[in-house]
Amino acid sequence: MNTLFDKIWDAHIVQEVEDGPTQLYIDRLYCHEVTSPQAFAGMRNRGLKCFRPNQIFCMPDHNTPTHDQDKPIEDPVSKNQVDTLEKNAADFGLTHFGMNTLKNGIIHVVGPERGLSLPGMTIVCGDSHTSTHGAMGAVAFGIGTSEVEMVMASQCILQQKPKSMRIRVNGKLDKGVTAKDVALYLMSKISTSGATGYFIEYAGDVVEDLSMEGRLTLCNLSIEMGARGGFIAPDEKTFAYVKGREYAPKGEDWDKAVAYWKTLKSGNDAVFDKELQFDGADIEPMVTYGTNPGMGMGITQSIPTTEGMGEAAQASFAKSLNYMGFKPGENLLGKKIDYVFLGACTNGRIEDFRSFASLVKGKQKAANVIAWLVPGSWMVDQQIREEGLDKVLEEAGFEIRQPGCSACLAMNDDKIPAGKYSVSTSNRNFEGRQGPGARTILASPLVAAAAAITGKITDPRTLM
Amino acid sequence: MKQKFDIIKSTCVPLPLENIDTDQIIPARFLKATDKKGFGDNLFRDWRYDKQGNPIKDFVLNDPTYGGVVLVAGKNFGSGSSREHAAWAIAGYGFRVVVSSFFADIHKNNELNNFVLPVVVSEAFLQELFDSIYTNPKMEVVVDLPNQTITNTATGNSESFEINAYKKHCLMNGLDDIDFLLENKDKIEAWERKHEC
Repeated sequence: MNTLFDKIWDAHIVQEVEDGPTQLYIDRLYCHEVTSPQAFAGMRNRGLKCFRPNQIFCMPDHNTPTHDQDKPIEDPVSKNQVDTLEKNAADFGLTHFGMNTLKNGIIHVVGPERGLSLPGMTIVCGDSHTSTHGAMGAVAFGIGTSEVEMVMASQCILQQKPKSMRIRVNGKLDKGVTAKDVALYLMSKISTSGATGYFIEYAGDVVEDLSMEGRLTLCNLSIEMGARGGFIAPDEKTFAYVKGREYAPKGEDWDKAVAYWKTLKSGNDAVFDKELQFDGADIEPMVTYGTNPGMGMGITQSIPTTEGMGEAAQASFAKSLNYMGFKPGENLLGKKIDYVFLGACTNGRIEDFRSFASLVKGKQKAANVIAWLVPGSWMVDQQIREEGLDKVLEEAGFEIRQPGCSACLAMNDDKIPAGKYSVSTSNRNFEGRQGPGARTILASPLVAAAAAITGKITDPRTLM
Repeated sequence: MKQKFDIIKSTCVPLPLENIDTDQIIPARFLKATDKKGFGDNLFRDWRYDKQGNPIKDFVLNDPTYGGVVLVAGKNFGSGSSREHAAWAIAGYGFRVVVSSFFADIHKNNELNNFVLPVVVSEAFLQELFDSIYTNPKMEVVVDLPNQTITNTATGNSESFEINAYKKHCLMNGLDDIDFLLENKDKIEAWERKHEC
């Protein structure tokens, strides 16, 4: 009761369906090329137009190559999907940020940086990492393609109201510990289903102290705890981030908006269905060792043993470690790795590149490592160059690629070969996620940087 | 896709693994289609076929011992990516019901929107069901949507499952959410007027 989630949700209720879900009004729908074509086809089959085309924004990101974007995409199937989005956007009168233009990038990086994702909004996209936009103080969640079609047709969605959860992370983070580590730590504690059925509000000193980029990383990973979404009450940091961005309110509208946004916080008497507390001082740089993001540990710790696990859990755990080539009780420090991926909607923002560059500055990439550094958007790419980070990275032996989702899910050519180890700043270490047989170790940009220059799993704190 | 749902009696396909994510149900490289056809052929692709495309014998979908329109899976089924392609693959393969002790939220909605019924049972019921299937693969379950019950015919044990009345009505009558939303445009416009959209 009286949580921030209640306030935003309630403000968007069109009606409560009898013995059923809520019909919720949606402020923004984002569409990428993978989960939208069947929705557009459905609209055509029903002879419908988009109900509110000016609230829908489209951009390709999953299939885009990370080199030679000025040339046609080589893979004809990928090209067809990207071209289909452009055609659909044109046919239905929707805004489209095309490949190789300054406004293009990963949808969850572009939304906030264009000022499209604003406090108090309801935001959906056919993509589970839509939770990212929660960092702006919005109720944002991923949906399926049928639901994308619903929103196109009516600017509404039918949803059961999730339960509310508040996660407080108190205290301060140690040097070398980032928002990514906080999220991986939370998942390791509550598991990948620990927040299923809930919408999370993150709070506490650690969360308030995070930069907007850090908050975007934390909210991005809400879905990996099973949550419907996760968000953070907007504050002065949020308003400063939004101000002046392309689609942000201007002039009088800005003052009115900020006055409203300042009311967006949970009441002192707010009652959550579940509350959890953690201490920032308990968190160290994290790595995952298994095939779901909840299988993570502090970088100095050892992989757990199967003691006390049920039969089904043991079978899944053994399958997972077998896939990764790890053993129960093993410590991963010093483990040789093959690939490093910096990027994705999780860690493809300017702060992530600053963080990575700060650690590799004046050092050299290990000869055995192939590193893919992929900015989350062309705007991030531009910032990297403006700040001279490109020079730092190039001197250390790294090359910056062109923006897109890239090796996070390997729908383009950026695939990790079977059996190879990849230290990745992305969000999922599922079997085959980065390519068939690829072995993914999820980590922060700092841990990725330490791995890139040493060629093995290394505690970044020893290099700082 | 809009198959009306009533009472289903069927043998089961057991998959007793936990945390089966949608990347396993349908890997990302198969998401490049612009229609909904053919996803069933690649359901559980990398568990079902080796690198050369040959069926992996000991995977349950390649084992003729098991069959039917009910998939029974370990807890936290459908976690991860929101891709509805996972539901299209499950429906396309021919499954009409998925039984588990826990489903990920987005995938559960995706199944319902494709007229596949996710049935949540207790952990104890699930384990007993796995035991019954392994003891007798010809054993059938009865999934009774009108009465919201699932019965293990080997043991005679039944459990009731939850589904909201609206969605139940949709499934039993072959209606989808867009049909409903289009009938309610006046309410949407009224909301917009109130909120100065």
